[in-house]
Amino acid sequence: MTDVTKATAAELGRMIASGEVSAEEVTRAHLDRIAQVDDRVHAFLHVDTDGAITAARKVDEARARGEELGPLAGVPIAIKDVIATKGVPTTAASKILEGWRPPYNATIMERINAAGMVMLGKTNMDEFAMGSSTEYSAYGVTRNPWDLDRIPGGSGGGSAAAVAAYEAPLAIGTDTGGSIRQPGAVTGTVGSKPTYGGTSRYGLIAFSSSLDTPGPVSRNVLDAALLHQVIGGHDPRDSTSIPAPVPAVVEAARLGATGDLTGVRIGLVREFSGEGAEPGVAAAVRDAIEALVKLGAEVVEVSCPHFEYALPAYYLIAPSEASSNLARFDGVRYGLRVGDDGQRSLEEVMSLTREAGFGPEVTRRIMLGTYALSSGYYEAYYGQAQKVRTLITRDFNAAFEQVDVLVSPTTPFVAFPFGSRTSDPYQMYLADLYTIPTNLYGGPAISVPAGVSEGLPVGLQIMAPTMADDRMYRVAAALETAIPPLTPPALTGSNS
Amino acid sequence: MTTTAPATVEEVVARYEPVIGLETHVELGTRTKMFCSCPTEFGAEPNTQVCPVCLGLPGSLPVANKAAIEATIRIGLALNCSIAAWCRFARKNYFYPDMPKDFQISQYDEPLCVDGYLDVEVEGKTVRVGIERVHLEEDTGKTLHIGGATGRIHGATESLVDYNRAGIPLVEIVTKPVAGAGTLAPEVARAYVTELRDIIRSLGVSDVRMEQGSLRCDVNTSLNRPGAEWGTRTETKNVNSLRSVERAVRSEMLRQASVLDAGGRITQETRHFREDTGDTRPGRSKEEATDYRYFPDPDLVPLAPDPVWVEELKATLPEPPRVRRERLREQWGVSEHDMESIVNAGAVELIEATVAAGTSPDAARKWWLGELARRANEAGVELAEVGATPAHVAELARLVDEGKLTDKLARAVLEGVVAGEGSPAEIVAARGLEVVSDTGALTAAVGEAIAANPDVAQKVRDGKVAAAGALVGAVMKATKGQADAKTVRDLILSRLGAA
Repeated sequence: MTDVTKATAAELGRMIASGEVSAEEVTRAHLDRIAQVDDRVHAFLHVDTDGAITAARKVDEARARGEELGPLAGVPIAIKDVIATKGVPTTAASKILEGWRPPYNATIMERINAAGMVMLGKTNMDEFAMGSSTEYSAYGVTRNPWDLDRIPGGSGGGSAAAVAAYEAPLAIGTDTGGSIRQPGAVTGTVGSKPTYGGTSRYGLIAFSSSLDTPGPVSRNVLDAALLHQVIGGHDPRDSTSIPAPVPAVVEAARLGATGDLTGVRIGLVREFSGEGAEPGVAAAVRDAIEALVKLGAEVVEVSCPHFEYALPAYYLIAPSEASSNLARFDGVRYGLRVGDDGQRSLEEVMSLTREAGFGPEVTRRIMLGTYALSSGYYEAYYGQAQKVRTLITRDFNAAFEQVDVLVSPTTPFVAFPFGSRTSDPYQMYLADLYTIPTNLYGGPAISVPAGVSEGLPVGLQIMAPTMADDRMYRVAAALETAIPPLTPPALTGSNS
Repeated sequence: MTTTAPATVEEVVARYEPVIGLETHVELGTRTKMFCSCPTEFGAEPNTQVCPVCLGLPGSLPVANKAAIEATIRIGLALNCSIAAWCRFARKNYFYPDMPKDFQISQYDEPLCVDGYLDVEVEGKTVRVGIERVHLEEDTGKTLHIGGATGRIHGATESLVDYNRAGIPLVEIVTKPVAGAGTLAPEVARAYVTELRDIIRSLGVSDVRMEQGSLRCDVNTSLNRPGAEWGTRTETKNVNSLRSVERAVRSEMLRQASVLDAGGRITQETRHFREDTGDTRPGRSKEEATDYRYFPDPDLVPLAPDPVWVEELKATLPEPPRVRRERLREQWGVSEHDMESIVNAGAVELIEATVAAGTSPDAARKWWLGELARRANEAGVELAEVGATPAHVAELARLVDEGKLTDKLARAVLEGVVAGEGSPAEIVAARGLEVVSDTGALTAAVGEAIAANPDVAQKVRDGKVAAAGALVGAVMKATKGQADAKTVRDLILSRLGAA
């Protein structure tokens, strides 16, 4: 039998439905792969072997009863540890939630389960999704399968690395400022951030409520679209969920795979084209854009003058919301509690718990956000950032009157070595320079492999108008016909 | 320096002008909580009416309860407020264990209803109380601190939290400052809360029971010298009855006046009202108050009530209690004083329904405010819960009108009704309480009484009509009280030729 861990999710679904391979065999093959390589990659914080086998057997039993299986039934999936999974540890890679097992499932988990997909386990991430390298996990770093001495991106480095290392064909990430796309770019995988409100946040441990968006991680565009179709759509438990059907993402990916982009207008953001990106990244992206032109696309330069304020606006809005969202971790009801010796006051126990439970980046952002929301500073910081957000949205709206999609590098640089950006937070924040504007606007964006620079993957970001997620899948799938999915070399690096 | 503390509100007002303000919290009687579908019933086992949302578990999200928004808009409309075309919920951030998320979802600078008023009647004078805002928020859980002397968290050895109340929709109604009430300030405060309670009750959106905490009141009080700027205010919490509202204002006026008289300064602070002593004691000082870091809640979409819907709600508001009371007072032909007794007894709706069932206003009032009020008082329950319904009372009154029951018998029947034995007719039948109106039986009883008391009978024949009482008594005794005394008397007098 062929190595099922190398197959696409679409192929696996087809093979399972046809009986060519059982869901249990597919699941065991991936669990074996995890056992083989995860001590080096460390993509997983928790592997739910028993739960996975049980779920896979259910699919096989359903097939045996003659039930019709969905396109992803029996296909394994890895879940970022920020998504609530009933009865399965969910820590957001923080000490403060160590051992917490949610009594409920996130909406997207219910949809994944209903589709017959098999959860393999929970993946590593920057604590509470704050970071761009997964170095801020409280449980150790995840290593990039392309070079084990380098970061896998963040915050969803675990999900991206698991998919890149063939530990799972699909994964769930969450994108607040680029946490799906940037890891996708640096691991040579596909990372898709749906329209904000297009996928439910119910059960996603909140970092920044107005920005957080769960979405698919995969090795090819069609697989991402298939998973998007499963998790997308209105959820009455999330007020910010859009009451509309999922855009026709799977059809769009199939259309794009024909390699024809005739009549598609692609915008290049002038403000992104100057300095910022490494030369190798800029070159790969230029080649990718040329490839799109060869497929029939028309390229236009557009101006988005307020994008340069996106990063500072984001670093006021996201920490402000986070400072409030993370207040509940106080040691009273669940998770870590420190210093409860019967002598200390409630306030002392809360302080000690939070001091011990939160890592440096989370602490930094809580303090930033607390300050920005303080009486007397609110208008100058949070209020001003919201105004910038409105201007950025206007930039996008104006651009999309001229073009169908916008493209840019996903991230300015390829995977960097561990420790090279942790000493200066601003250097780390720059990793999300190109991804953040989309979050502030709320539209969809996808990162697809666009070749390599110095042997490391480069990603092309494709941005589309809100609820036009189908457009980015079409363009992304078309690019795949010119630049096929990347295959990482055997896991190497000083750690191997 | 020797100063005598003022003893009366009159003495205070001789030197200072009071300004009061009231913040009232009303728990809405919606079936489910504000942001989740947990039930809201009072009195359940602790932490049994909870879910991931009202426990604020990581990842959970709020979804606003439309019924609560509707109720708040109706309250706003009944208080003559403007309804915001667009507004948002805001997070009020502070750490406290009774708040599962360590923030409360409330409204800040964009309340749902603004700028209304409520007219209240005090000693025949109408006072207009301005309404600053009416907004919607979620209630917190309830903490119980054990082991300390004060029942407060400081010094407690254990603290228990019940989250059943967390997330119950809470409407906050804030008045504008009320100046110029003078000596009537305490009464105005009480009249305002009373009127507000009646309005909310008439809307059917809350049971507004202060003793169960579904209506809670904070009272702000300040004093200033005539012509001077308003003084520093204090906020008195824990004011849990109408009477306490009045007492709290009075005691704060007296306390502040004595501080000012002595050349002191009023500290802006929260004070707690003490039911036992009727005075207030200091709580936490506002000067060291937390910065709540309000910001619009990003988990909730803005509220934009459809103006057509708001107009519909406005058109279907019930008659304001004050107007309704006046209309009923005229219909029933009772004095203002009597109407006040009816209102205070909580009998307006009961009498209205009884009258609607065909009883005369006088009879309805007599039964509800008399026998039934007495029994409710004895049992320590609200009049509406005494066990008798307007239908029962109407049936009883009809039986009396038809001469089938005497007042005395009717009281016995009511006893059965209150005890849950059935309708008045059923009780009359079961207990055999009907008036003996069969003239044959009565005539025989009268004959026997006359025969047994020849001396008395002779006195009556001789014109001493008053002596007939003894014969009436004998007949009543023989008929076990089931005869109508007047009928018996008429029969005796006509038999003895004295009629």
